[in-house]
This record gives sequence, structure tokens and C-alpha cells, in this order.
Amino acid sequence: MTTTTTLMPYDEALERYEPVLGLETHVELGTASKMFCGCATTFGAAPNTQVCPVCLALPGALPVANEKAIESTIRIGLALNCSIASWCRFARKNYFYPDMPKNYQISQYDEPLCTDGYLDVEVDGTVVRVGIERVHLEEDTGKSTHVGGATGRIHGADYSIVDYNRAGIPLVEIVTKPIEGADRLAPEVARAYVTELRELMRALGVSDVRMEEGSLRCDVNVSLMPRGSSEWGTRTETKNVNSLRSVERAVRHEIERQAAILSEGGRIVQETRHFHEDTGTTTSGRSKEEAQDYRYFPEPDLVPIAPDPAWVAELKAALPELPSVRRKRLQQEWGVSDLDMQAMHNADAIDLVEATVAAGAPPADARKWWMGELARRANEAAVPLSDLRITPDQVARVCALVASGALNDKLARQVLEGVLEGEGTPDEVVASRGLQIVNDEGELSRIIDEVLAANADAADKVRGGKIAAVGALVGGVMKASRGKADAARARELILEKLGVSA
Amino acid sequence: MSAITRDEVAHLARLSRLALSDEELDHYATQLDVIIGSVARVSEVAAEDVPPSSHALPLTNVFRPDEVRPCLTPEQALSGAPAVEDQRFRVPRILGEEA
Amino acid sequence: MSLTRKSAAELAALMASGEVSAVEVTQAHLDRVAEVDPKINAFLHVDAEAALEQARAIDARRAAGEELGPLAGVPIAHKDVFTTIDMPTTAGSRILEGWRPPYDATVTRRLREAGLVILGKTNLDEFAMGSSTENSAYFPTRNPWDLSRVPGGSSGGSSAAVAGYVTPLSTGTDTGGSIRQPAAVTGIVGMKPTYGGSSRYGLIAFASSLDTPGPFARNVLDAALLHEAFSGHDPLDSTSIDAPVPPVVEAARHPDVAGLRVGVVKEFAGEGYQQGVLNRFHDSVELLESLGAKVVEVSCPSFTTALPAYYLIAPSECSSNLARFDAMRYGLRVGDDGTRSAEEVMALTRAAGFGPEVKRRIMLGTYALSSGYYDAYYGQAQKVRTLIARDFEAAFQQVDVLISPTTPTTAFPIGERADDPMAMYLADLCTIPANLAGNAAISVPCGLADEDGLPVGLQIMAPVLGDDRCYRVGAAVEKAFESRWNGPLLKEAPAL
Ligand SMILES: [Mg+2]
Ligand SMILES: [Zn+2]
Repeated sequence: MTTTTTLMPYDEALERYEPVLGLETHVELGTASKMFCGCATTFGAAPNTQVCPVCLALPGALPVANEKAIESTIRIGLALNCSIASWCRFARKNYFYPDMPKNYQISQYDEPLCTDGYLDVEVDGTVVRVGIERVHLEEDTGKSTHVGGATGRIHGADYSIVDYNRAGIPLVEIVTKPIEGADRLAPEVARAYVTELRELMRALGVSDVRMEEGSLRCDVNVSLMPRGSSEWGTRTETKNVNSLRSVERAVRHEIERQAAILSEGGRIVQETRHFHEDTGTTTSGRSKEEAQDYRYFPEPDLVPIAPDPAWVAELKAALPELPSVRRKRLQQEWGVSDLDMQAMHNADAIDLVEATVAAGAPPADARKWWMGELARRANEAAVPLSDLRITPDQVARVCALVASGALNDKLARQVLEGVLEGEGTPDEVVASRGLQIVNDEGELSRIIDEVLAANADAADKVRGGKIAAVGALVGGVMKASRGKADAARARELILEKLGVSA
Repeated sequence: MSAITRDEVAHLARLSRLALSDEELDHYATQLDVIIGSVARVSEVAAEDVPPSSHALPLTNVFRPDEVRPCLTPEQALSGAPAVEDQRFRVPRILGEEA
Repeated sequence: MSLTRKSAAELAALMASGEVSAVEVTQAHLDRVAEVDPKINAFLHVDAEAALEQARAIDARRAAGEELGPLAGVPIAHKDVFTTIDMPTTAGSRILEGWRPPYDATVTRRLREAGLVILGKTNLDEFAMGSSTENSAYFPTRNPWDLSRVPGGSSGGSSAAVAGYVTPLSTGTDTGGSIRQPAAVTGIVGMKPTYGGSSRYGLIAFASSLDTPGPFARNVLDAALLHEAFSGHDPLDSTSIDAPVPPVVEAARHPDVAGLRVGVVKEFAGEGYQQGVLNRFHDSVELLESLGAKVVEVSCPSFTTALPAYYLIAPSECSSNLARFDAMRYGLRVGDDGTRSAEEVMALTRAAGFGPEVKRRIMLGTYALSSGYYDAYYGQAQKVRTLIARDFEAAFQQVDVLISPTTPTTAFPIGERADDPMAMYLADLCTIPANLAGNAAISVPCGLADEDGLPVGLQIMAPVLGDDRCYRVGAAVEKAFESRWNGPLLKEAPAL
């Protein structure tokens, strides 16, 4: 981008202005078939292999709503403390776009399935209640690839090629009420909200919410009002912010950008903006010569939805434990501090630790490995913790090997490394890399004799009563055994051999 | 309520993705004016407390189970396409993101 | 008597008894196509070889002792708005010229499975928008009674083919009268089933909340047999009714109206109605009374606003339904020279591929749905729709069926109303209320107008899912008139 944007430093911006946020989140539901047809929804399938007359909008084809998608939307609404409509309709949102085969999106307009709820999120120990305006169901579009031109981007491309596999996958849109009062924590609140929402989706089992695959996408609305004013400013809408970190950055950037404009007497343009992952900045979307007129009207090809109250009550009763409640319970069960729990939450480690504990590991050990060695490795590889090629069962097995004395921590790290590198299960790695602690007394005794012979000075000091000098000898044994010796046993034997009682 | 202008017709044509000539715009402006003037009679019906009907019949809750059904083959899917590349529909350059 | 003179039921019986083969029946009708279609232009596509192939398959199955459906081997023509996997489907539009659908409509598929032999696809007003078949992008179809006149529309190819004795049966679609009106002006039977009684899957949509597939035939029983063969619940159409098909064939076989309460819709008379049409309608009323029906006058005041409501609702839905014709995935593409954007190519293609009536309705619908106009136009039209349904409900408290002329006039000359959309729209004056409320309604011949000797239709309207009443009354009227006329109204296609 050639245009430079003036920014006001965040702290100064917050001194002068108060941000108002709004978040629109689209979640792709994890149904087996699409929203209005029986096509599969498998991610990554070859282009145009998951399409039919309905999702290609062939002349004459008609939609039929997926019951599971309706159910999932109602469950999401209930988990977000919403009211469920007793009667509502789908509507057509009309606009032309090559990604969208019918040139209208089946969505909901003034009659969403779920309205008026909230989600509590925690930031820096404070609970912020984010109001939910509505939760509604719609369909995704196809995916175009832009060919030619310099950038591979939409602008300057020669033409595009379109794959409609994704067209018609159910999307739930969750819209917050304006979030006021987040103040300087606004970027963190935005991130915490999306994080919490993502966990909620997972707990409900309605979506795999993989942001990198686009199954959760965020539009971020930001406006500023001068301190002391109660009148909201003009908002911008930053589209397709597709990672948790980006949500935070996009909010921060918009605050800094808008503050700079306002402080110079400028005016915020109500517009769509695009977020750039590489720079953490936003740029203006194509300015539209006229306001969109979507000409919404009730979808005549689908009949209204009137959820049976008994069914809704049943769904409500069967909701799983919600993530925040579960976190409180686990924190108690595991006996960890607020800070440690928050760290695990931020690292997306809670599910993994829980599963590791379920596989028999003590909570402290499970947490230690996931938040220590494994978090470090994930960070190095720049992948989410859950993408590491190791299962909670395998981590639990490593914990068990350490507890039994078969491994020490250093060896355990090597076992983890072997598993991550695809060398097999922990036991297979131990065997193939020969990582068993040396428990053979004869072998240990032989190593000790060698070490004592090579370190006569130190041995003499110990004999002479300087017990502290034994440390160097133990170190020598560990080195000679390449870490496989049991250090405690080696110490005992050295003292024994030198005729010193500990 | 009547009197639709040529500019309005041009706007409708743009919204409808119809590249109309100036003569066509004039022609449709005249005709649409007559038609709209005539259908505007519906607004004379006193129907304040009458609920609107979007459908002919009062059916509700028609769903399908979440089951995968056979798709078209890519060959069938692309069989009517004006242009194809890389098993995808080839379309002219797209001007910008919408919605 | 030539095979083409026979009814579908007669042909089916002849084939079942082995007196004639399906191939003979098909060949006779193909010969008739070759002989008269150059005069009436009913067909957009005929596939003689494919038809004979289907007929041979039916004969083989019959020879193998397989039990076949009641219409197996009977020829049929489909309005070219139903998708067919083995034939092009154009909806009468240039924008779909040459398109071969990769799937069959439910109506097409069911009739294929029932063993009917598809002769071809019939002409229509582009995207079923019109009342004369002059809006076909290909050519106008002519009325077999008088080649200078329209065969009605939008299903004019299907009505002309049946009236011209080219096929005993055909399919049509009725959005505002597009089956009943062409049936009336060509002197045949045309039925609009209850909305949702016949599947719209694979029917290229004009106005989703109104479109209804239905049958054409030269007599009431044939229409009922066809109706029964393709109707019934379809899980691929969300608006399809999950209930048994009303006993239409049974009703067509029991032409009895004694004690039946018949309501004459008071609003459908007066200015704009041709005297000859009114005369034949009065004959029908007297006839029904003579058969023991109790005829009363019924007022449905909201019916007078049905036409404007229809001309808001149907264009609104069509403006959205036709958005998919955008040159991206199928159909015509114009102006893609490598420099133009998708948006420009869409607009150029749609301007070139749609005819004037389609463009007019798309823009009218776009207007009615626009912000600022929605409430006054589309929203208000939907309220009128409620009022019409209420009028029907109130009427059916008093009577079993309602009757009216099907159309205000007989077939008009080709070209007469082509440049006057408002005059054209009046052709659907009496048929539209049943579409807006979803009711069943049929048109049966009730004689010739005194002025021009052209056929007049009697419309019989029944409550939702009361389709059988249309057939019962229609069959009674047909039987009584035929004994008076000494045979059917349409003994032969006069102009052929
Ligand atoms: Mg949306
Ligand atoms: Zn599909």
C-alpha cells in the first residue's frame, strides 16, 4: 500500500477518545451436509466436487433447510442466553457477486432465530458482559482465486476462477450489541470475546472453529467518541479478521487511526476496511458509488421456522457445561492459580491438559509439559498447541514413565521430541533412541569407577569430608552415561564406594 | 406515487445488472410509470391490521436430515460453463469485495 | 379413427390390451408433429428418435410382463420450463439457449418413471412471463382454432399442442393463470393444482410463491390421470405439501353435482368482459342448476385488487429468481473480451439475453423491493394477499366451489397487445386470485363465443387441497355439454 496512514499513539488516543466496539462473527457449522442441499462439506476437497444443482443455483433447483443446522443455531443462541424466536423466516439478501451462485444469499433479516443475549468474558480479572444482538443462520459463498496481475489479489487481476465447494455451507452469524465501557481494554475485550466464543462453539460441538481454515471469521466495528461525549462517532467495519491476534491488532489500529483523523478535525468515513495480517493495518475497501440496497424479502422457497417450545427446552436442558463454568471447576480440581489458569486459557491448553489428566497424569505434570516444553515447541513451529503431533494420551504416558523412574526430565524431553518428529509412541521412542535410565547396578558401578579414577582430586575431597564435592562426581557420571543414569542412585553409590556415609 | 423518472429507471437497471441503452431507458420509464401508477392501487386498500402473507400456504418447519447425498461430477457441474479453467468456473475480473 | 384423435385413457387401454404398441402410438404423434407443428409452432424441441427409443423400452417392458403405470406409453410434451436431462431446456429465453440440464425436474422424472413418452419441449412466454406466448425469444405459437390468434400463455406451446391433436397430454405451469388461460382460449382442459400439490423442483422459477405445475388434456379424465401421475409430496421442494394427492381421478369418473353448492363470483363480470364470454358463462350457470347444483352469488371484494397485488409480488420474486442468470456458470455470456469486468459482462449478457417483458418485470420487482418502496408496494401487496385468502375462506364457508369465466375475452390476435403490457395483464384478471391464495382451479370448455366462434373457458375454483372438486364439477359440466354439443367442443383443430 502506498498511502501512509497517520496514527496517534494508543495511550494518547485513549486519553482523548472512548472506543465503542461491535463484533460480527461468522461461524461455519460442522454439519455433514450443506445448509440447503445434501452436498458434503469436507474441507480441502478438489474444486467443484461438492456441488449440486441447488448450491450451483442451476435453474429450477430449490433449497431445503438442514435440520441439524437449525438445531445448532438454537443451541448457540441458548448458550449465549438469547431468546429463541417462536416463528421466524429466512430472507433473501439480493446482490450480485460471482462467488454467490444465486446472486442472493439466503440469510435472515428482521426475524433472526435468536435475539438479545450476552456472553461474559474475563480480561485482567474483570468480567465484561458483551451483549448479543442476534444470532442467525445463513449460507457461505464459493471461493474465487484471482489470476494474473502482479499481486494475485483481486485488484489488478486479469480474471478469476471459482470453486463452489464452500457455497452453501451453513454459517451462523453472531452480532454483538455495541460494546461500550471497555475503554483501554477494548482490543483485549475484543480478543477475549472471540476466544470465548470459539470455546463455546467447541464445547457445543457445533463447529471445529479453525480460524486458519476460515471456519470462524470476524468483522470488527470500531468508532470513537470524545471523552465526555455520549454521542457515538461514525464507525468503520473491518472485514475478515481471521485470527485472535488480528482481532486485537485490528481494534488497536483502528483506534489509533481514527483518533489521528479526529484530532486533526477530520471526519471518519463510514466504510468497509480490509485488515492486512502482515502489517497489522487496515485499508479502505472499494468506495461504493451508492449505498447498498439488498432488497431483503422473505424467502418464498423456504417455509417459516416455528421451533417447538418443548424441543427448545430439551435442547436447553442438554447444553453441555459452558467453557467459563468448566474453567472454574477445573481450576479448583487442579488447584492452580488464576494466573496459571489464564495462561493455559490463552495458550489454548485447557482441553489438552484436561485430556492428559483424564489419561492418568497428575494435573501438575500435565500442565508442566503442555505449558513448558510443548508450548515452546509449538511456538517455535508457529502452530497452535493442538496441532502438535502428540496426543494427550502420549503426554500422559511420558508423565507415567517419569513418575516410575524410568525417565528423568531430560530424557522425557527427548522422548517428546521423538514423538513430535513422528518416531512413534513414547515407548517406541524410548526403545529406538535407547533412552532408558541406567538401572543396571553393574553398568552404573563401572561408570562410577571410571569417573572416580579420572577425578581423583574430587574423590579425595569427598573422602576427606567435603561431601559437597560429590556433586561434581555425580555430574561426571551423568555426563559419561549421556544422561541416562539415575542421579540419586549414582550419588549413593559414589558415597558408598568412598566410604562416606551421607 | 406515480411518475418514475428516467434516472430512477437507470438506477433500477444498474441494481438489476441490465446494460440498457438510452432509448431503452426512455421506453421503460414510460411503461414502468404506467404500470406502477396502476399497481399503486394496492396502497389504497385499508389493511393496517392485516398481516402480510409471504407464502400461499401456512406451512412451517420443513427440514431435511443432515445427510450427505451424491453431488454432481465436476464434469456435470462445469458442463454448461461459458469458460472453465483448472476445474473451476472462469469468470471475468471481479471489481471488488462486497457484503 | 387415427391414434392422434384418441384420449390418453383410450390410448393407454389400447396399449394395455396389446391392440397397438407404444411405438405405433408415438410414431403417429410424431407424424402429426411433422404435419402440423410448422403451422402452430408449438414445439421448441422435438426428439423423434429419443421418443421412439422410450416407446420401444415401454413395449419391451410390457412384453416382459412388467406391470406398468396407467399412462405408460402415452405421449406427452413438456413446457420447456421443466428441466430434462436428455433435452435442452431454455425457458423460452436466449439466455439459456442450448443449455442441457444435468438433472430432471421432479415432474419430468416422475412422468418418465410412469412410462410416458416425451415427444419434446413446448414453447412458452420467456420465463413464463406473459399471456400469449408472443414473449418467447424464439417464435410465437399459434392458436389451432385460428392461426392469426394467440394460444394463450405462458404455456401456449403446451395448450396449442394438445388442442392441435399433436399430443393428448402436456404439462404447464400456472403462476397467474398460465395453464387455465391458454386452456380456455384453445378449448381444452387445464388445471392449476393446489399450490404445493405438485413439485416445483426443476421448474425454472418465475415467482416461487405462485408457480404451480399442472396438466393439460382434451378432457377432464385425462387431465386427472396426468395430475395424479406427477403430483404428491416431494422432499426436494420445501413448499410441497406432505399429504396424499386428492382423489382427482376418482372425482373425474363421478361427474355428479347434485346438491353441490356453487358460488358465482360477483366481481368477475362487467366492464372489460366480452359479451360472448359472459353468455357462455351464463349457459354454464344454468347448466349446473339443471344438474341439481345450488348456485348462489358470492362476493369476494378483495379480488378486484388481486391483479395489482400480483403485478407486485410476481415481479418482486422474479427479480430475485432471475438474478442467477449472470453469465458465470451456465447460459449465454456476452462481451467477455478480456478487458471487461464480471459486473459489466453480467449486465451486457442480461441485457442481450432477456427480452423486453422479462426486463420490465425485473425492474418493476427491483423497484417494489427497494428500500423506501417496500412497504407501500411489496408489503402492501402481501396484505392484499391475506385479504384474498380470507375472501376465499369466507366464500368456502357458503359454497363448495366458486365459478367464473376463465378469461375476460377469447383468444386475441397475435400482435394486438404486444406493445401494451397493461392490456396483456388483463388476460389474467380472473385466474390470479387462486394463485395468490394457493387454491385449486380448473378451466374446462363451455362453448364458443357468439362474436368470433372462439372457445370460452369456465373456471372452477376449490379450496386448498380440494382439487378433486374441480374435477368432479368439471367432469359434470363436460358430460352435460358434450351431450348437448353431440361430442366434445374441440372435435378437430379447426385451422389445421
Ligand atoms: Mg451475514
Ligand atoms: Zn449442493
